[in-house]
Amino acid sequence: MTTAIEIRNVNKQFVLRHTRSMKEAFVWLMKGRKGDLSERFHALADVSLTIEEGETVALLGFNGSGKSTLLKHISGVMRPDTGSVQTRGRVAGLIEVGAGFHPDLSGRDNVYLNGAILGMDRAEIEERFDSIVEFSEIGQFIDTEVKFYSSGMYLRLAFSVAVHTDPEVFLIDEILAVGDEPFQKKCLAKIAELAAEGKTLVVVSHDLDMVAKICERGVLLDHGRVLLDGPVDEVVKRLRQG
Amino acid sequence: MTDRSAAGGGPRDELVAPGYGHGLRDVVRSRYLLKLLVQKELRVRYRGSVLGLLWSYVKPGVQFVVFYVALGVFLGLEQSERNPAGLPNYAIYLFSGIVLINYFNEALGNASRAIVSNGGLIKKIYLPRELFPIASTWVSAVHFVPQILILLVACLFSGWSPTVLQLAAAVAGFLIVTMFAIGLGLLFGAVNVYFRDAENLVDMLLMVATWASPVLYPWLLVREKLGETFFLIYQLNPITVAVETFHFAFWLPTTERAEAIPPNLLSLWIPVALVTSGLMLVIGQLVFRRLEGRFAQEL
Repeated sequence: MTTAIEIRNVNKQFVLRHTRSMKEAFVWLMKGRKGDLSERFHALADVSLTIEEGETVALLGFNGSGKSTLLKHISGVMRPDTGSVQTRGRVAGLIEVGAGFHPDLSGRDNVYLNGAILGMDRAEIEERFDSIVEFSEIGQFIDTEVKFYSSGMYLRLAFSVAVHTDPEVFLIDEILAVGDEPFQKKCLAKIAELAAEGKTLVVVSHDLDMVAKICERGVLLDHGRVLLDGPVDEVVKRLRQG
Repeated sequence: MTDRSAAGGGPRDELVAPGYGHGLRDVVRSRYLLKLLVQKELRVRYRGSVLGLLWSYVKPGVQFVVFYVALGVFLGLEQSERNPAGLPNYAIYLFSGIVLINYFNEALGNASRAIVSNGGLIKKIYLPRELFPIASTWVSAVHFVPQILILLVACLFSGWSPTVLQLAAAVAGFLIVTMFAIGLGLLFGAVNVYFRDAENLVDMLLMVATWASPVLYPWLLVREKLGETFFLIYQLNPITVAVETFHFAFWLPTTERAEAIPPNLLSLWIPVALVTSGLMLVIGQLVFRRLEGRFAQEL
């Protein structure tokens, strides 16, 4: 087995109170740097995790446990304060699908733009365009501006672009909460298909039944620490016990 | 395959740390994305407006008329029979400077806001963040094109027959402004994430920039009123040199060539300005790379 994601002793602190103006910072400097300009808290504390290629891992935990922060470290959006994160191959996020969508552009333009944002080149997008539209079930609305889409249509198109990026590592953050049931099922089937193809999946979701179906391994986070790492059923059971 | 690194991953067979790009080199690699971002910006900007891209003709046009009437006619900078001390073809002198300074103002103003205004994306997906200031500058360059075309038409009507040297100088002037705007744009764009004061500072700088270069008045006035030493400092501003270069390229050939251009413009000041702008670009990139690590959490 080859390692897909390696996370070693990652620490991340967040600043709670921000100073947004030079005036405040200046006053603080003049007062002899008295007091902390900002409060800090540990979002991730000494997290180590190795994920092999083809593993399906659920990151579990309550709100604020650091799941999404960890996902952002894997995608490269955030950098650890100390420790290291390494990944192999293309990493694509279904982290808040549609982040790269612009409401004033047509569905077609958004497919190209979002595809490029997710790391596809022109040839790849053109090759997969029909498949993206077909999967999204957008049909003739593809040339309509996205702002006129229903939230379901919007999500379907965004999800469709993301699954067509064909990454080695797939990061999925709480995306299946929207969309109607048939489409949710279709998404789950697609995700299961990706898992069967040997893609590495890292899923964050509060829908415990769903992640138990998709993932094999569970990692329980609490206040930025890894509490438990094992088969997903055990971890879900532990989380439900509270 | 090369585009793959833009998405935060590397070649298939090695482990790489995500979120550490190669700065401007990654922008070159993601040029397709850059193109799409520029297209998006241009489409969204003029959405729902009747005049569309025409606005980029109308605005400088009105600005030109206002300055021309106020400075050229009222304050007597235009040479005429009653005012032989003025500048010949002041309209072209004014316009060639204005188009360049407008390009700089728009490029820097937008580039320094680019990171904050694309915060939603930067917080969620890793991509070379230099793309956003570069895309803003590119959009400004697109708006610069129609203005240059108008300038060329006006010049041709005034008997402009440029030499190769003058055309090359125009390109150099454009390069100086572009590099300087990108460098400062990267710098202020990154700082703006931490201190929103940066965009106000930039607005102030831009207001000064128009007057700190001989856009509206002849450079000779500066040397006359403030002396040689101050004039040297004045010349160290790359934008000043770029404006003078545009005068050399577009305005000078339409006059009787009696008008002096600043001494050593070609042999000394253009190279100096190119180096200064290049240096600014490097500094901007270095600061940007130093600060970009915490963009996602600060936005």
